[in-house]
Amino acid sequence: MTAPVPATTTAPADFEFHRPADTAEALRLLAQRPETVPIAGGTDLMVAVNYRHTRPAAMLDLTGLAELRQWTDEGASIRIGAGVPYARIVAELATVLPSLAAASRTVGSPQIRNRGTLGGNLATASPAGDGHPPLLATGACVEIASLEGTRTVDAADFYTGPKRSVLEPGELVTAVTVPKAAGPQQFLKVGTRNAMVIAVCSLAVSLDLDRRRLGTGIGSAGPTPLRAPEAEQIDLPWAAPSRLDDALLIEFGRRVAAAARPIDDVRSTAEYRRHALAVCAARALRRVWTAAHERSA
Amino acid sequence: MPEPAETPRAAADAPATGAESSSMERPASLRPGAPRGAAAPSAPRGVIGQSPIRPEAEAKVNGTFDYASDLHFANMLWGHTLRSPHPKAAIRSIDATAALALPGVAAVLTAADVPGKLHYGLIEADQPVLALDQVNYQGEPVAIVAADTLDGARRAAEAIEVDYEVLEPLCDPADAVAAGSFFRYQPVRLGDPDTAGAAVIIAHEYVVGMQDQAPLGPESGAAVPTGDGGVRLHVATQWLHSDLEQLAPCLGLEPDRIHLEMAGIGGAFGAREDLSVQVHMAMLALATGRPVKMMYDRAESFLGHVHRHPARMRYEHGADEHGRLVYVKASIVLDGGAYASTTEAVVGNAASLSVGPYEVEHVSIDAWGTRTNNPPCGAMRGFGGVQTCFAYESQMDALAEALGLDPLEIRRRNAVAQGSKLITGQVVDAYDPGRAGSDGTPFSPLKDMLDRLAALPAPDAATARDIVDLPGGAGNTTHGEGVRRGVGYGVGLKNVCYSEGFDDYSTARVRLELVDGEPVAYVHTAAAEVGQGHWNLQTQIVRTELGVDRVVLLPNDTKVGSAGSSSASRQSYMTGGSVKAAAEAVRELLAGRDLADGPVEATRVFRHRATKPMDAVTGQGESHVQLALCVHRATVDVDVELGLVKVVDLTCVQDVGRILNPVALEGQIQGGTAQGLGLALMEALVVEEGLVKNASFTDYLIPTFLDMPPMRMEIVENADPEAPYGLRGAGEPPTLSSTPAIVAAVRDATGLALTHVPVRPEHLTVGRPS
Repeated sequence: MTAPVPATTTAPADFEFHRPADTAEALRLLAQRPETVPIAGGTDLMVAVNYRHTRPAAMLDLTGLAELRQWTDEGASIRIGAGVPYARIVAELATVLPSLAAASRTVGSPQIRNRGTLGGNLATASPAGDGHPPLLATGACVEIASLEGTRTVDAADFYTGPKRSVLEPGELVTAVTVPKAAGPQQFLKVGTRNAMVIAVCSLAVSLDLDRRRLGTGIGSAGPTPLRAPEAEQIDLPWAAPSRLDDALLIEFGRRVAAAARPIDDVRSTAEYRRHALAVCAARALRRVWTAAHERSA
Repeated sequence: MPEPAETPRAAADAPATGAESSSMERPASLRPGAPRGAAAPSAPRGVIGQSPIRPEAEAKVNGTFDYASDLHFANMLWGHTLRSPHPKAAIRSIDATAALALPGVAAVLTAADVPGKLHYGLIEADQPVLALDQVNYQGEPVAIVAADTLDGARRAAEAIEVDYEVLEPLCDPADAVAAGSFFRYQPVRLGDPDTAGAAVIIAHEYVVGMQDQAPLGPESGAAVPTGDGGVRLHVATQWLHSDLEQLAPCLGLEPDRIHLEMAGIGGAFGAREDLSVQVHMAMLALATGRPVKMMYDRAESFLGHVHRHPARMRYEHGADEHGRLVYVKASIVLDGGAYASTTEAVVGNAASLSVGPYEVEHVSIDAWGTRTNNPPCGAMRGFGGVQTCFAYESQMDALAEALGLDPLEIRRRNAVAQGSKLITGQVVDAYDPGRAGSDGTPFSPLKDMLDRLAALPAPDAATARDIVDLPGGAGNTTHGEGVRRGVGYGVGLKNVCYSEGFDDYSTARVRLELVDGEPVAYVHTAAAEVGQGHWNLQTQIVRTELGVDRVVLLPNDTKVGSAGSSSASRQSYMTGGSVKAAAEAVRELLAGRDLADGPVEATRVFRHRATKPMDAVTGQGESHVQLALCVHRATVDVDVELGLVKVVDLTCVQDVGRILNPVALEGQIQGGTAQGLGLALMEALVVEEGLVKNASFTDYLIPTFLDMPPMRMEIVENADPEAPYGLRGAGEPPTLSSTPAIVAAVRDATGLALTHVPVRPEHLTVGRPS
């Protein structure tokens, strides 16, 4: 799961398709021919291939790597193999990772969720990827492997531009480690259809009751998925929860909207995206706060 | 409920295997005790009024139905089209040297290689087979390639070097009107609208975006050289004989050298009226001497067929203090794009149906179909009736609001009745005079339908629901925050069959013979089964008329006369009419004869009553054959803070004259309604300076199950005495009325004026559309 290779117009007479049995073999193949495009669910890559936006000279099928297709409980966090499909995140991790599961539930159709993977979302690094905002809001880490070894990158440092990330040639996303929820979480996705839609904008908010910390993640409203650091710093009435008033919610929404860097495109306008993020942020904060308050009451 | 019937099975595998399988029949596995032979006319199953299972249902459900994209022939080449990336450009040169040098490339053809006439078209032959010295829209075919593989053909197309001189495109339809660049201008004049006094005047401008038919099956087909200079085409089309008429001159062949056979159709909605792959694959097949298959991908499909005309309309309605219409003035600009297609006929519909099913004595309508460098527009379900319906129904609501009237009441007060005249002078004459009121008031089907609609139960008030039942659906955007409910109504009037003097007919051949001592009816027509259930209807008609159990549908091809197009809600009327006539003729021929002496066969051509062109100055004339009405009530929940809409309920009343197949009919009403919902809330091709920005299902959104609510419907049967079985065309009317009903409901929830469809979230929140 590296970044897609730009389209080439030369005929790849030597097109190769590899199906390694384990990660070590996958990394070896990738090192030998770094332009090889890894494929897991193929739900994004094959669309690009079919539309001839990319024409890989070689592909590396990751679906045979059993270790990528499992998740493990690490105590304070869940380590999710890059090849775990969204459908399993929804079915198996909704309690411990509620916002990631909620985001996964909004990905495409059931068929897409059966095939598409979080690792693919990261490798593609589209700012509209549904998986990103919860990773930012919860402070997840991305595990990247190559023949040189394994490195770990904070989700906040992973994305470098539209469909660009810190992934280097020869590197593979192998897992994502997501802290278990320490309080209520919300994920809201705005689209012009009630299902199966690319986000016009999306927002994840997580409330960490242990550390009294807010986390945010914005999708589809900037060149990369974004955090809203100033919104996370908003002064919440921890001592008197009922004092969370409309003014504070509006201010939180304002800060989230201000952190976005949206554009006008065929899906919507920058103005609407900022507006919708402000509305979603106020709703999300009210929901997590209310849920936390009810829970503690 | 339908039960598994021994209906014939679709022989859609015939073209793929090349086998000339003439039978669509399933092995005769008669149930014990089933009636046998023509002697049991009292009990055939699957007759008119029932819903037998479709002949092709099992194959479609199991995924074994052969669509045009499944065609395969031995030694087959793949064709591909190189299209213009520019909305307007001169072609200085085309160099295919590099493309031809690629391995597996069998041919690269340009306009210079067209064997016959250089242009084709449905009404006017103005569309180049391949661009000559200029391209006039993005996606215009420039060159075609045949290669061993589809990918090879695509690579070769990319390797063709075209030297374009990019020119300034004409993209604004208003500029086109001003410059006199239009395919048709059609006025309608009645009375004297300028001096007619009105108590209330409503004037608004309305905009309708460019909707696409978005059939799930992309354009596809195959051409097979016959070895004697002729060619056989397997293609998914709405009208085989029109294709043949357009193809033959371009190929420089006599029509009898070309044979067309229908390939499995994956939806049409008007998108398969114009030629797409037909001439191109035939040229490649004739040039290479090998079978050639073409199949568009989704992006090419969006560029490779016509769309619904986008419209900009200014309407002014004047009414008296009781809400009765005094006058209507309207200026209607439909953008036809680069080539004529069916724009001429669409403008005729838009003009003649421009005020809807309402009585008004003073009218001034001006309708244009412009020629620009935008994508060509042509036929789509509703055909000129959709755009104006959104405008006139919005106007009726605005009048009702200004007068403090109920939206249904203002429609009742203006509803046409038996004997009413449309603004073209056409008399509404297809309803039972015996149903006049006790005071002699003529029967108004529309008033009756509005009363029925009002009596249908409204959906329950919103209660705690799953998020997928709320605006934004799975996006979890609201748990009830910001949600307001609205209700709205829409009425649509659609003409059925071809209008304005067109010689519209259909041909059917029915043969009855004994097979293993049992009577079997064979039906041969060229009518396109586009998913509407027409094959099934043919079997129902033949069973009804001949009392036979076994009906075999022969492949639809050009070995029988034209059936006309599966368009204009006409195929039940027209090919239903010809099959009925042929079956009746067989029945008469059979009288006094014994089927054991030999088969009985009859071919019949069916025509509807003649129509007249619209007067070029006044628009007057009995231009339409049959009129059909549908009325909708929409209930929506709107998240007014985010501008997201959930349609909660759609209820409709439709007059179908006579129900022929309840299940198929309900499917048509559901589907037409859903397509209207799409136009109301999400479907629009975004075109900027002649360039399509969203030619994919990622960004051209059509409704999903979570967007389309379950429907309640009441179907009324005001039989039309002129039509076969009294039927009234049913496929299009719901597409007209659901759009204005949904927008009216969103207006009701938001209080916003909303003059632009599709209504987008940003229109409901941060700003109005321009």
